[in-house]
Amino acid sequence: MNALNQLPLNIAAAIRSLFGDPHSIWADLTMDIISIILVIVLIVLAALILILLERKVAGWTSQRPGPNRLGPHGWFQTIADALKLMGKEDVTPAGADRLMFKIAPMIMFALPMMTLAVIPYGHGMAPIRLNLGIVYYLAISAVSTLALLMAGWSSNNKYSLLGGMRAVAQMISYEIPLVFSLLGVVMITQTFNLSQIVADQHTIPFIVLQPLAFVVYLIAGVAEVNRAPFDLVEADQEVVAGPFTEYTGLRWGLFFLGEYGNMTAVAALTTTMFLGGWQGPAILPGYVWFFLKVGIIIFFQMWVRWTFPRIRIDHLMGLAWKVLLPLSILNIFLTGVGIYIYQLIVPRIGG
Amino acid sequence: MSDNFAAVGVLLIFAIALPLIMMAVPKLIAPNKPNKEKLTPYECGNETIGRTWIGFKSNYFLYALVFTAFDVETVFLYPWALTFRKLGTFAFVEMFVFIAILLVGFWYAWKEGALEWM
Repeated sequence: MNALNQLPLNIAAAIRSLFGDPHSIWADLTMDIISIILVIVLIVLAALILILLERKVAGWTSQRPGPNRLGPHGWFQTIADALKLMGKEDVTPAGADRLMFKIAPMIMFALPMMTLAVIPYGHGMAPIRLNLGIVYYLAISAVSTLALLMAGWSSNNKYSLLGGMRAVAQMISYEIPLVFSLLGVVMITQTFNLSQIVADQHTIPFIVLQPLAFVVYLIAGVAEVNRAPFDLVEADQEVVAGPFTEYTGLRWGLFFLGEYGNMTAVAALTTTMFLGGWQGPAILPGYVWFFLKVGIIIFFQMWVRWTFPRIRIDHLMGLAWKVLLPLSILNIFLTGVGIYIYQLIVPRIGG
Repeated sequence: MSDNFAAVGVLLIFAIALPLIMMAVPKLIAPNKPNKEKLTPYECGNETIGRTWIGFKSNYFLYALVFTAFDVETVFLYPWALTFRKLGTFAFVEMFVFIAILLVGFWYAWKEGALEWM
């Protein structure tokens, strides 16, 4: 099992040894490019699998079969959908702000790529190691709102505009509880480095020490990826498809890829911060544990989506500001007091 | 332990290039036959009335103001959390005084109705 666990690291070392000096700048550059390509493959694969899984879970919760025609049990459905999207006409409405209209989906797609690249997928398997991991992640992931607002404004469509304004309203409500809930973990580990945070969880995952923060982060995370019950941005029955109304073909597909990538990124960060990342019993390699935990979080998000009705935007803002924010501040306070007492007690009992 | 921002730079180049390459695919294989009706905004079949790009009343303006205050607070809280255990009792009490002052402001905003949809 250890061999399987070390396999990616050994492959990386083998590729490095092809260079004369295994730590030259060219070896580093090659490794960076390879790991970035792996992240891109991960996003595309995640989107293909998750779209199918989402439709299957939707079918399962509402007691209908879901897609089941193409291939065994409909497994090839999303591949066919992706091919279809590529062949569709790319329409830019006459009144749109053309430049902003065209780059908004590209930003949306680029963001999960940039965030997923700092997540540690296994021991020493973070594609990019950053000491500022959490700060970088939060900074990049917050930009997705900007992409939605750009799409909403530039489409020159009233539904899109409403959707874009809702995206901003949603962001200013969930962002503070989301950021505060991660603060407790930083207080315990004293580092922003995601690899170090996972390494600190080898005895106990932080969900045990930070249950309140975990719940707050889960709820705020669902709001961050704009999924039901907080899918006000693209609420079909109210604003058609929100900012995506005017998009067609692969440009719309980029939004879709970006959304599922974001969903994976939020689940990956939850796993890293609270569920112990790649740590797990040695019966499976670390990266398998990581993806299992990510899968559980994603399944939970889908389950929530197909179980709860959409809530109103002012209720969402009320929930975030009047419930989640006080809870997350309470969590910071409790964590601070807890650590303080722990530090007072441990030296006296000789721990 | 490293701050590998060179790799982030490479990543940024990929993140910009890849969507551009992907968008070249439909240029090659997808049909492109625009006409006047197709390029009108989709508003459920009705002709669009009036302009869209107007000064839009955002009903959550006061939320946004409170958000700004708290966003700045996070900027202070993150470095504090990072060195919290090294700084000892003083930093511990000091930061909770800071949070308490902000909470008083938050309570005032709540009481005055800033946290209501207007």
